[in-house]
Amino acid sequence: MVPLSYYLVLSGILFACGVTGFLIKRNIITIFMSIELMLNGVNLSFVAFAAHWHALAGQVFVFFVMVVAAAEATVGLAIIISVYRTRETLNIDQVNLLKL
Amino acid sequence: MLSVHLILFLAFGAIAVAGAVNLLVQRHPINSALSLIAVMAALAGEYLLLGAEFVAAVQVIVYAGAIMVLFVFVIMLLNAGVEEQTKGSHVAVFLGIPSMLVGSLLVAWVVLKHSGTEAVAAGALPGAPKVIGQLLFHEFLLPFEITSILILIAIMGAVVLASKPTVPGGGPAKKVND
Repeated sequence: MVPLSYYLVLSGILFACGVTGFLIKRNIITIFMSIELMLNGVNLSFVAFAAHWHALAGQVFVFFVMVVAAAEATVGLAIIISVYRTRETLNIDQVNLLKL
Repeated sequence: MLSVHLILFLAFGAIAVAGAVNLLVQRHPINSALSLIAVMAALAGEYLLLGAEFVAAVQVIVYAGAIMVLFVFVIMLLNAGVEEQTKGSHVAVFLGIPSMLVGSLLVAWVVLKHSGTEAVAAGALPGAPKVIGQLLFHEFLLPFEITSILILIAIMGAVVLASKPTVPGGGPAKKVND
């Protein structure tokens, strides 16, 4: 039997790793993967709360989070391809204009 | 006393945390992507422990399957190499890391001390696909339809953004050099 708080601590660790990666990484694709890691941490706490309160709505929210993550990954990777086509770099320090 | 449930939780959690730390440590994006797939697979195991079988299956199929294949595809397409190191600020290192440690210890102490520690049994939930489907198509019907529109807009946006840029003159788009 595992207490709810263990799941929340694991979820917090994953979210903190995602935030750290978002801040210290310099490759745009890795920064996007850090965002996915943060969303996964949030999903874990959703499912843990759903199991704790015996409410299935938490699991349905996980599906919506996955849909938003898929849409975000699609548009974001398209933007990355477009940026790479004009600048030929993936380093975030060299992408300092909103202009494509 | 260590139950099987707790041992499985610790094993999957250790894999997830190791994968997340490996994502931060690795310098090449493809290694980061593979460790993120390990994190997602371990999280699917955690969902199974929580009695959410359908969410675990969708996690493997959609996240570790579809989304990560998209990431790996883009990494291969752009031929992404090892990332360059840039100079960070020393104040952030000397003040940020200790305060981050203190803050996370404080949060962990509060969560472990003050939360209701009721056990979550495996299979305690009616997490069958039938129940979730009924919930999704009755109570959450409007959000479901709105997410389908969101997906449609995302597809169109991706096609527009990733297609070859053309200027009105007919030639290739000008490169930005800065």
